[in-house]
Amino acid sequence: GTVIDQTTGLPLPGASVVIKGTSTGTTTDFDGLYQITANTGDILQFSYVGFSVLELTVDGPTLDAALSEDTQMLDEIVVIGYGTTTKKDATGAVVGVTEEELNQGFIASPQDLLIGKAAGVNITTNGGAPGSGSQIRIRGGSSLDASNDPLIIIDGVPLDSPGLDEQRNSGSRNVFDFVNPNDISSFSILKDASATAIYGSRASNGVIIITTKKGKTGELKFSLNTSASVNTLSNTIGVFSASDYREIIADRFPNRVSDLGSADTNWQEQIFETALGTDTNFSVSGGIMGIPFRASVGYTQQDGILRTEALERTTASLNITPRLFDDKLKIELNARGAYTENNFAETGAIGSALEFDPTQPVFDPTLPAGLFDYYEENGSATTNTVTNPVAQLTLRDNQAIARRFVGNAKFDYNLHFFPDITATLNLGIDKSIGDGTDFQPPTISSQLLEGGRTRNFEQDEENKLMDIYFKYDKDLDKINSRLDFTAGYSYQNFYEDRMSVDLRGDGVGGPLVIKTILESNIQSFFGRFNYAFNDKYLLTLTYRRDGSSRFGGDNRWGNFPAAAFAWNISDENFLKDSETLSNLKLRLGWGITGQQDVLQGTDTQPFLPQFSPSQNGASGQLGGFVTTLRAQPFDANIKWEETTTYNIGLDYGLFNNRISGALELYYRETEDLLSTVNVAAGSNLTNRLPTNIGSLTNKGVEFFLDAAVFKNEDFSWNLGFNFAYNENEVDRLFQTGNEPGTGIPVSGTSLIGIGGDDGAQWHIVGQPTRSYFVFEQVYDENGVPLEGVVRDLNNDGQINDLDRRAYKQAAPLVTLGLNSRFNYKEWDFSFSARANYGNYNYNGIDLNRGNYRNLNIGQDLRNVATSVLRSNFEGTRDEITFSDYYVRDASFIRMDNMTLGYTVDKLWKENTRMRIFSTLQNVFVITDYDGLDPEITNGIDNNIYPRPFTVQVGLSLDF
Amino acid sequence: ENAFDDPQSYLQFLSKIYAGLSVTGQQGPSGQGDLIGFDEGNSQYMRTYFYLNEVTADAVKWRYDDAGLAELLVNEWTADNDVISVVYNRLIFQVTQANEFLRQTEQSVLDGRNVPADIQTDIAFYRAEARFLRALSYYHGLELFGGNIPFVTEEDLPGAFFPEQTNAVDLFNYIESELIEIADLLVPATQNDYGRADQAAAWTLLARLYLNAEVYIGENRYSDCINFCERIIAAGYTLEPNYNELFLADNNTAEGIIFPVTHDGVETQSFGYMFIMVNGTLDANINSSGDFGANTGGFAGLTCKENFVRLFEFPNDDPFQDSPDIRASFFFKDGHSLELTSPPTGSDFQEGFGYTKFRNLTSDGVPGQDNSYPDIDLPLFRLADVYLMYAEAFLRNGGGDEGTALGYVNAIRQRAYGDASGNVASLDLQFILDERGRELGWEGYRRTDLVRFGQYTGNTYLWDWKGGLENGTSIPAHFDIFPIPAGDLNANPNLDQNPDY
Repeated sequence: GTVIDQTTGLPLPGASVVIKGTSTGTTTDFDGLYQITANTGDILQFSYVGFSVLELTVDGPTLDAALSEDTQMLDEIVVIGYGTTTKKDATGAVVGVTEEELNQGFIASPQDLLIGKAAGVNITTNGGAPGSGSQIRIRGGSSLDASNDPLIIIDGVPLDSPGLDEQRNSGSRNVFDFVNPNDISSFSILKDASATAIYGSRASNGVIIITTKKGKTGELKFSLNTSASVNTLSNTIGVFSASDYREIIADRFPNRVSDLGSADTNWQEQIFETALGTDTNFSVSGGIMGIPFRASVGYTQQDGILRTEALERTTASLNITPRLFDDKLKIELNARGAYTENNFAETGAIGSALEFDPTQPVFDPTLPAGLFDYYEENGSATTNTVTNPVAQLTLRDNQAIARRFVGNAKFDYNLHFFPDITATLNLGIDKSIGDGTDFQPPTISSQLLEGGRTRNFEQDEENKLMDIYFKYDKDLDKINSRLDFTAGYSYQNFYEDRMSVDLRGDGVGGPLVIKTILESNIQSFFGRFNYAFNDKYLLTLTYRRDGSSRFGGDNRWGNFPAAAFAWNISDENFLKDSETLSNLKLRLGWGITGQQDVLQGTDTQPFLPQFSPSQNGASGQLGGFVTTLRAQPFDANIKWEETTTYNIGLDYGLFNNRISGALELYYRETEDLLSTVNVAAGSNLTNRLPTNIGSLTNKGVEFFLDAAVFKNEDFSWNLGFNFAYNENEVDRLFQTGNEPGTGIPVSGTSLIGIGGDDGAQWHIVGQPTRSYFVFEQVYDENGVPLEGVVRDLNNDGQINDLDRRAYKQAAPLVTLGLNSRFNYKEWDFSFSARANYGNYNYNGIDLNRGNYRNLNIGQDLRNVATSVLRSNFEGTRDEITFSDYYVRDASFIRMDNMTLGYTVDKLWKENTRMRIFSTLQNVFVITDYDGLDPEITNGIDNNIYPRPFTVQVGLSLDF
Repeated sequence: ENAFDDPQSYLQFLSKIYAGLSVTGQQGPSGQGDLIGFDEGNSQYMRTYFYLNEVTADAVKWRYDDAGLAELLVNEWTADNDVISVVYNRLIFQVTQANEFLRQTEQSVLDGRNVPADIQTDIAFYRAEARFLRALSYYHGLELFGGNIPFVTEEDLPGAFFPEQTNAVDLFNYIESELIEIADLLVPATQNDYGRADQAAAWTLLARLYLNAEVYIGENRYSDCINFCERIIAAGYTLEPNYNELFLADNNTAEGIIFPVTHDGVETQSFGYMFIMVNGTLDANINSSGDFGANTGGFAGLTCKENFVRLFEFPNDDPFQDSPDIRASFFFKDGHSLELTSPPTGSDFQEGFGYTKFRNLTSDGVPGQDNSYPDIDLPLFRLADVYLMYAEAFLRNGGGDEGTALGYVNAIRQRAYGDASGNVASLDLQFILDERGRELGWEGYRRTDLVRFGQYTGNTYLWDWKGGLENGTSIPAHFDIFPIPAGDLNANPNLDQNPDY
């Protein structure tokens, strides 16, 4: 027979022809001709790169096939807010990442699936603890002190974005670790305002929509995945060995030689270990009595490389998607639960391991815990010293259990009497209960004085959702137009009740009970209008009106409009016949979005006067002791942060979309930024108040490319590449002034006994957020930094804060991702790599531990980092703490994972499949950065939990 | 609104304004801080007030280089100094809390909440106390910042506005009129609950205001000072016979304390003044010399400047010998030098005598309830100060009676020496200044006293490391008051910096 292109009628050379269900096949010759031996009734599969696969049944000696171009890529469904669209009709900057494209390997957290996969989506894990959370930034952050996290929606249920405090109490490590990564079908990332504005006041930092796998009617399909992994420490910090340490002490502190021990302990080796993990998932999907369903269970067990760290999680999910009344009513029921047990290791042990005297032993049977520590002769624990890290890890018992259920019921009803209208009702609930106990026995020397310490905590959270919306769809063929209109109402309520009880072992002070109840509510009206003319000119208008209980008075309601226009240029006559350019679409978008989580879940009514009662130990004495009541600062006018986004996008497809991608340019300006600034003294009830006065801009370029580089029956190679450049600048921070160069310190970025609020990073007008604010270090002719010598930048003859200047930033300027997948016959090989450029870290490890003073700072001797040999710094002071010497280029290239797999089809019958695979994770990092790992959330490198190198082997079975 | 459903809540709110002098936030010893952006432990009102009045003067060396302290020690502070900023924000925090209290207890508000009549009677006293505490903080603003601070009252609702800057004369007049008015509204002297301000507290603050009026507003008000000293003394206070019992864990039972800032090892914890007075003056060596009611170690921070030691009488002028003055018995000399030869911060703790005047023990020698957080109350106003104010105002021609003045001073001297051997036959101003130094050492009076005597700035009187030199050097006159913190100057365009800063 002959294989031809259906559109042009031209023969297709090199097309593949295979008898279905066998490995027998051939390819067409230069004229599109083929020959194969087959039986009548066999099914032949015809395939060719860029064309849809065609299956024809053999019914005679010749069988011709006309293949049509695979336009599936453009018809690919993309999930957007309150609906779906197709790639071709999309008007906003929306990226869909499907199951096949997601990261592989041992992945305990759903967000890790996305690392490096989408331009402008930067995901940084919070270190190497199993299941740890991540910081997700879409196109940089649009806030300063408020949340920069994107809105995450799972099967239509928007999740609450918790602050760090909440996570700590919930017993879980990660906001959405309740989702088994194996249950995820796709991610949809909405980046520009024309796509996100339908989520209004929560959309300024982008939206990630997760769709889970659903069943299809038909015979039952079973799938089993199981894997085991070995995690090893990939890097350590250089500190002095016992013998080198003895020499240094003998040299510098001869009077303390007698305090040295006789052991030779590598404390980092003592606290880290090779960790094992297993992950098993089983799912069944299909139809029972014509009702499609999918059910899954998963069990993950993973130890951390830091001793005593462990995660154990069981998940279960059930989706049922019945259709009733001639498919007029589609019902989608999703239920998903997770039960997670966490053992949190004392991460302070990582720092202690760097400091602890290497000449001291791990064990000392004469001491209370059988572990060495510093005690006085009278049996009391030495104060101002460092604790044996092994004792910190093994004696402290910090466990928590998190239970979570997220479910929703969605009804799509296509009106019988008015088929152009579909009504949708979505009811959702997100319920979690967490509790835990953190016990530190008095055998930990630092706890001896207080007789130990116990902290119990629990958190109960319940978020409810109701969406109701209508969609009207109409094709107006007469005027070559299509239009649809969606309008709806959404109600979401967030309730959270958390409590912690702290009790010293000796009972002094009684139990300290802190109880917090937070409740907030958001109600919205939203609408979207799409109009397509000739399928070439697309217009989208959206509008959302949000009312939030977090704001009062005139600020309660906010309006968030957006508009987008797209032009399918490749459908124009002048390009229609182009053989090279198969798709070209220009998109223009504008929109306003908001940010309502201004206080990151700490205060849900910041506009009201409040009075805070005192806890234990902070009473006043008026005769007897009286609990106090403090008038809290408040800002009656607090309101949404508001971001205006402009976006220009160009989607392209070349060679029948074998190469496709997009180029995006954006400009985002955020106003009414919540900035925590000094308010004029006397004007409020404390010295500093978060209030809406800042503004900042983000502008950037994104580019991505997906290419089917090569594809035939035996071999295919798919390549994905993405690039993003983001420039961030603070425009305004204060009520008055706002001279370029003025700024406010970023809290939590001060690392050493500076006290006060000064920090290494500042927000500075005219500079990126989290710029380093540092002195300029002076070096000798050999490039060695001169201790405490910095440039007098303003030439006033003295060194003070006026000589500090903004220098570099923590966030990368450029992020790159590279993903590749080869298939050769039964083999597959894929890798995923990433690079960051222009990100700088402040090496706090070097600062805190890279000086000789620390050898003898407390009551006892301490080890220091060998980086001191490079600087020879004796001590610390402001000129050193805030020297740009510690601000170091942390650009890197990281091979995130590499996977090799082998698949056996038709294991024992049709439609059975087995794949065995092995994945390496965190394979290598290329960087000039001298710390443990260049990838540090927010750039302050201090006490990082090392990311392990992981080897995983696994098996998946579909039957 | 429902914060005030409980009638007890008014007392609780008042309690906060009192506690604002001793705790740093809503959780002891640290947590939910009142001020944001400062190391909370370092942000206690009285601790930082002590830094500004003692560390910057001839009495105290503080070894650690906590934010801003190094500059204070060598009198080279700038408007960016953290300690100055803490004190400034603390006193304004007190003012704004008191303002809010007065708004929440206005008659119309109370009527609207149907507060019972008996509670309303109590609230009338609470309001006077809130105004007293506000006047106290405004007085500190006058004393430390020359009165050039933002001025707000209960008329100014919380928001994001720019308060106006007041000045020494206006603030002086305001404090004076407030104190005179509330002196009649407060509970009569010695009649209030322990820890709460009574009429004598208002009188004592008035006496201080008048004693320093010449510095603040260039007016001679010494006769007013005498007048109020007489009222206080007439209220029946007696001098505590044992000087050291004024500074012990059970000093709530000591005589002659007119207004304390209360501390409690369990109920009122902070890393405040009393915490550093006990723990900061100890190291393992001193601690092992006796019981101080503190845990092992101590953190070896505070020692004496030589000038302070030499205020006291020693045989042969040798401070290493025992003084007949009981107030010099707190010096710890073993292994310590008298002189401070190396630059103050970062140097050895053993430079300078230790001084263990505050001890977390009861008069029976029993340790306080907690071995970190002392039970000692800070005697903010006490009778000996009133005696010395009387004597000084008399010498400055404020009237009064010479025999009475001499009697008061000798009562103090007799207590210090245990007998009449230290008594004096006549008085002069320099003696009064020195006696104040001895009697009120490390209690937060010193800088103000030196300023009043013209011996703080300039070079008439030098001490170790004054102006940054080992033997001291002149410092400019504008250092008599502190600069308005840069943070607030940036935040409030209505403010002008103090002269020459």
